[in-house]
Amino acid sequence: MLSVDIRKTLGAFQLQTAFDAPEGVTVLFGRSGSGKTSVVKSIAGLLTPASGRIALGARTLFDDGSRINVPVHKRRFGYVFQDSRLFPHLSVRDNLCYAARVSDRGGRSPDHVADLLGISHLLDRRTHALSGGEAQRVAIGRALLTEPDMLLMDEPLASLDGPRKAEILPYLEMLRKETGLSILYVTHNMAEVARLATHIVLVEEGRVVRSGAPDDLLTDPDMVRLLGIRDAGAVLSAAVTAAPEDGLSELAISGGRLFLPAVEAPVGATLRVRILAQDVILSTTRPEGMSALNILPVRVLAVRRGDGPGVIVQLQAGHDRLLARITRRSADALGIAEGTECYAVMKSVAVSQTDIAVGLQSGL
Amino acid sequence: MTDWLGPEEWQAVLLSVKVSFWATVLSMPLGLICAMALARGRFLGRDVLNWLVHLPLVLPPVVTGYLLLLSFGRRGPVGSFLYDTFGITLAFQWTGAALAASIMAFPLMVRAMRLAIEAVDPRLEEAAATLGANRVRVFSTVTLPLILPGIIAGAVLAFAKAMGEFGATITFVSNIPGETRTIPSAIYAFLQVPGGESSALRLVAVSVVIAIGALILSEWLSRRVAKRISGA
Repeated sequence: MLSVDIRKTLGAFQLQTAFDAPEGVTVLFGRSGSGKTSVVKSIAGLLTPASGRIALGARTLFDDGSRINVPVHKRRFGYVFQDSRLFPHLSVRDNLCYAARVSDRGGRSPDHVADLLGISHLLDRRTHALSGGEAQRVAIGRALLTEPDMLLMDEPLASLDGPRKAEILPYLEMLRKETGLSILYVTHNMAEVARLATHIVLVEEGRVVRSGAPDDLLTDPDMVRLLGIRDAGAVLSAAVTAAPEDGLSELAISGGRLFLPAVEAPVGATLRVRILAQDVILSTTRPEGMSALNILPVRVLAVRRGDGPGVIVQLQAGHDRLLARITRRSADALGIAEGTECYAVMKSVAVSQTDIAVGLQSGL
Repeated sequence: MTDWLGPEEWQAVLLSVKVSFWATVLSMPLGLICAMALARGRFLGRDVLNWLVHLPLVLPPVVTGYLLLLSFGRRGPVGSFLYDTFGITLAFQWTGAALAASIMAFPLMVRAMRLAIEAVDPRLEEAAATLGANRVRVFSTVTLPLILPGIIAGAVLAFAKAMGEFGATITFVSNIPGETRTIPSAIYAFLQVPGGESSALRLVAVSVVIAIGALILSEWLSRRVAKRISGA
């Protein structure tokens, strides 16, 4: 476990961050400029905090009290930067071998890692001949080959366009599964959070405002403002229960069944599904004569009214929780209040976007 | 070639090459240190170092030569120390010519090296550190390979400049055939005697060829460093 408790003044900005990153993928989430990168640089030793303590397991890396400040090259983190930072004077293979040679820990071979990341065919290329997505996979491979104690990934997908992101995400999931390495992952993208996180740390203006498990945090109506209203929504784990007949797969969640198109996982696989608050419609009676297939009986846990015309409704579906965003007028007209039994309606397409993590053995 | 140049001319060319070679090679380590300090250092006196390095570029060469004679002459503070301790004399020796040439060429060498160092992205060095490389290793495996063409370009320029050095050399070590009579001094000497024009012209041709060759080579190497750093 990584524990961080640091303070530093950066210009007009006050960094005062304390959190623990347990095993798994801890996502450091916050808007641009919230100090996430400074936190990661401090952990890696590229930035020295004014005071505080950083420890990985039993190993103290920084402690101003006992004057400990382990230099960067001895901290043993695998750091994946937003820009891949491959060495331009070396080929892809030599970039990978560089890491293996510098590290005094034996372990994976460059060929094995290249295979794992699907970059074997790129080994003899110069780095400038790589696409953004390929360069980032090489950078991940390079970090892995130092046999790190933990991976630090600072917005590794931020500089990539949509298709390139989709190309890398499965490798990140696979990485977690294959290597068992813990990852501290910095992002301001909710789709990446939904797909990867097993623990979330929310940062705002250099401070941790909240941390916890994704299913708690993402379905907390109080978090909607911080996460962004368009991105608010629940992440549920779902099991594939029936193969597609007419193109739709059947998935079981604790509150009922979902029918989703284009699910490539076999029967029995566990997936994550993300249901955005703005894609959920509420109905006080079971809807009849409606084209929507995904209807779950739910109970209202809480209603949060903001300043605008919308309200956020927290719902219980089985032992999962969902969020719905509806208008205040509808909420009043339907008499939606804590304890109301009603139905959540989701259009199939709304839950079957690229946010579905095919093949992930969810830790949720 | 030996027929084309007379023995005296040949002697001047060979001496010039020897003097310039040692002037360049021996000043490279100090040049690299100064370039690193100027490109990366954040210390008090950085401006003073910058002036000192560039001073020979703007001072009249005869002033530089005279200052060298004052300090490195047999009775100068540095010269007497070197003679008493090591038995080394620089004044009126080819080694003194090499010292004068290296000082006059130093600004050019440092400038070329400094430009190459400033073009290196420090974030690459950060990345190497996170991979487990200590500072020495980061320098030798990332920084040095990236700036190597710049170092060579600086050395080539310095060599060409040393080949052409005249004012400081003739003031500090005079114009002794076979000892300190380099190409420029030889041209000067040939022009002082009747009938020496043809010898002078031949040496002029050699100088022009060397200078142009060095410029082309250093330009080509500078482009290589730019290419290498951008990864192309």
